[in-house]
Amino acid sequence: MQMDLKTVNIEPKRRSYAHVAARIGAEKLASRYQEGTFDMQVEGPQHYRPLWDPAHDYFDPDRTRIRMQDWYAFKDPRQYYYGSYVIARSRQQETAESAFAFVESRSLADAMPTELRETALKLLLPLRHVAWGSSMNNETTAAYGYGAAITQGALYYAMDQLGIAQFLTRIGLLLDQPEALETAREAWLHDEAWQPLRRLVEDLFVEKDWFEVLVAQDLVLDGLLYPLIYGAIVDNVLAMQGGSAVAMVCQFQSEWHAEASKWIDAQVKAAIKDTGANGDLIAGWVRKWRARAVSALLPVAAIALGDGAEEQMDEVLADFDKRLAKLGVSA
Amino acid sequence: MDIAVTKKKLGLKERYALMTRGLGWEPTYQSVDDVFPMDSFEGIKIHDWDAWEDPFRLTMDAYWKYQAEKERKLYAILDAFAQGNGHLTLSDARYINTVKLFINGLAPLEYMSHRGFAHIGRQFRGVGPRVACMMQSLDEMRHAQTQVHAISNYNRYYDGMANFRHHHTYLPYLQVPRSFFEDAASGGPFEFITAIGFAFEYVLTNLVFVPFISGAAYNGDMGAMTFGFSAQSDEARHMTLGLEVIKFMLEQDPDNLPIVQKWLNKWTWRGVRVLTLVAMMQDYMLPKRVMSWAEAWEIYFEENCGALFRDLARYGIVMPPCVEQVRKERDHLSHMAWCQFYQARGTNNFHVWLPSKEDMDWLSAKYPETFDQYYRPRFEYWAKMEEEGTPFEAATPPQQCQVCQIPTIFPVAGDPLTRAEHSCTHDGERFHFCSQWCQEIFEDEPEKYVQAKLGAHELYKGNLFGDADPTAEDFDPMAAAMAFLKLTPEDSGLHSDSRDAANFDLWRGLAKANEA
Repeated sequence: MQMDLKTVNIEPKRRSYAHVAARIGAEKLASRYQEGTFDMQVEGPQHYRPLWDPAHDYFDPDRTRIRMQDWYAFKDPRQYYYGSYVIARSRQQETAESAFAFVESRSLADAMPTELRETALKLLLPLRHVAWGSSMNNETTAAYGYGAAITQGALYYAMDQLGIAQFLTRIGLLLDQPEALETAREAWLHDEAWQPLRRLVEDLFVEKDWFEVLVAQDLVLDGLLYPLIYGAIVDNVLAMQGGSAVAMVCQFQSEWHAEASKWIDAQVKAAIKDTGANGDLIAGWVRKWRARAVSALLPVAAIALGDGAEEQMDEVLADFDKRLAKLGVSA
Repeated sequence: MDIAVTKKKLGLKERYALMTRGLGWEPTYQSVDDVFPMDSFEGIKIHDWDAWEDPFRLTMDAYWKYQAEKERKLYAILDAFAQGNGHLTLSDARYINTVKLFINGLAPLEYMSHRGFAHIGRQFRGVGPRVACMMQSLDEMRHAQTQVHAISNYNRYYDGMANFRHHHTYLPYLQVPRSFFEDAASGGPFEFITAIGFAFEYVLTNLVFVPFISGAAYNGDMGAMTFGFSAQSDEARHMTLGLEVIKFMLEQDPDNLPIVQKWLNKWTWRGVRVLTLVAMMQDYMLPKRVMSWAEAWEIYFEENCGALFRDLARYGIVMPPCVEQVRKERDHLSHMAWCQFYQARGTNNFHVWLPSKEDMDWLSAKYPETFDQYYRPRFEYWAKMEEEGTPFEAATPPQQCQVCQIPTIFPVAGDPLTRAEHSCTHDGERFHFCSQWCQEIFEDEPEKYVQAKLGAHELYKGNLFGDADPTAEDFDPMAAAMAFLKLTPEDSGLHSDSRDAANFDLWRGLAKANEA
């Protein structure tokens, strides 16, 4: 049954805030993403130079070599503002929660071949530190990036990586005793297999250009790590050998990366499109960090793949290079 | 078959430690000081970051879940409020000016806070505090956006909000809250968290929260009330973080005490000065009032914070000495501020009015020592001038304090009829202050505060003329400044003359009356 409800009809004076209307047109209704993002950061004169960086303004576009005519070209294809972001993640979190509950209630961890479980732990648990490093490196953009569009997206990425580090911690507690996390930390700090990757992550901690950190961490390192570790090893190799329980509890990571890579791709594309010279800078950064990421990830992949690591890496790289070509990055 | 090994049960605290500080490690390929270069220059000594007590134990999965539930509810209410023309259920059109003050003065600071906490969430070398600061950075993004979204519907119908971004950056009176926050953010990480996390969010938070959010509830503003209540559980986390940081600094090294005490002195004063706007809103702008500024000060500062400072006394912390002056100004603050905004109404982006007889009776009941003696005669005189068609209006920009940027309208404490004048010379230039406390803040870091961009000075320096050519023969400086500031006649002036007042009456009439 259709009912006609009558309300008082009054004509609005305007459709959105002036700075939003200037970007989308005065006749358009603004989305919540647009209203919550555009021009939220002060531009123009600021009162005091920061004591912690007197060479720059508090908000300063010169903290990267990237140049933008419009810093709000860094749009999020997912249109995440806080509300839509937490609602999306809470759904994914629920799915992950039921996967953990399923594996635990049916003791699927115990049903796994011992050797396979050990491989999974050796591979996955040190990655919680890698995720935490990625979180810190995205916090760098949230802190020192320019414009609310990019700081917002980077903060969501940083929180996601913290969440992933915590899911990996739970995997350790689910498949083993808490001491397994200590063993994994020792491996992260001292085992040869992890040192090139740890060095890479620590080098990014001191890199000053936030857009370079973003390219190196989100596009290159995570762009290779997720397809290699979760796509190729966890979802295929381990699952085929009786480790589907591991694949279940890693589902969040696989789905997350498919979504987050759309975000970082859009940022890189926007930078290249906005100012031509950005393309060369980004290509240079990709070349520099791609080579290091490959050599850092190979010994890690070998934990699960042994001699097959290189072949698997080649496949991942072939896909990655296609992705770069689509973005217009000539690495 | 494997013998099943019983899993160790972890306590909440142990488990949370594994989920947070267990993730960190001490870098060896780069030096720790290079990775965290900013957390030592202020002189705060931290010997053991592991001694940090996590003030709350929230993992990301739980965070997403709780916050999503809150957001679903909040946006459902905001949508309903907008669809049902909720603004027409307000107590009175004057209330909308409170909303204007909020979006122009406060909402942009929430974004600043997101950045400030992202900065210290990257810089502290302890993982525990870093995680807590990251979460607060995310919460502050929430507050910025929910405020912008909640007020969006008001902006569609009423003036003074559309240019909140531009006005917050340039309008002189809004430099009071903006410079306050930029002062904190441009300090070191420990000063920032003392200023914002402790002094503002802990010591003074109720003095902001109660007037605005209860004020919204009292005056029928469902939208603002809902985001306020929805933010309350976030604020509870922020308060515990602020307090934990103070205790942590004080417990780590006795040398931290004088630094922390200096910051508490500074930021209590800076905070109370900013609250001048809130005091005025509370006493003059809410059509239906919750409590007076004086009453709020007694409950939320004297009682609650008195207990807090007594608790901190075991670390050697004393009540900031400026509080004595705040007490003396308590019964003057809101009146002086409203008088100032009334006179300067041509450069405000909200409307003002003279208190009615009924308003004035309320004010004299709440301020028996001061209102009838010092302020009622002034309002009655101005009312007479309005009646005679020659309303009083200030024609020149006032002298502003170099630190808090409030016009130097304050009297000598204890001597209400003498205007306080404080000044000092730095590098051959004279600087003026509203009080001895702002002057002390300046003298501690003069090279910082000489950078402040005071509205009146910016105008005289020609920085507020935009593209207009000051050498042109017909150049009108005030008109050029108004155009650059994007201040329209609809934004400013007296409420009774405003388009907002007329529209509200018209629309409310439509909502209440029947068509013939």
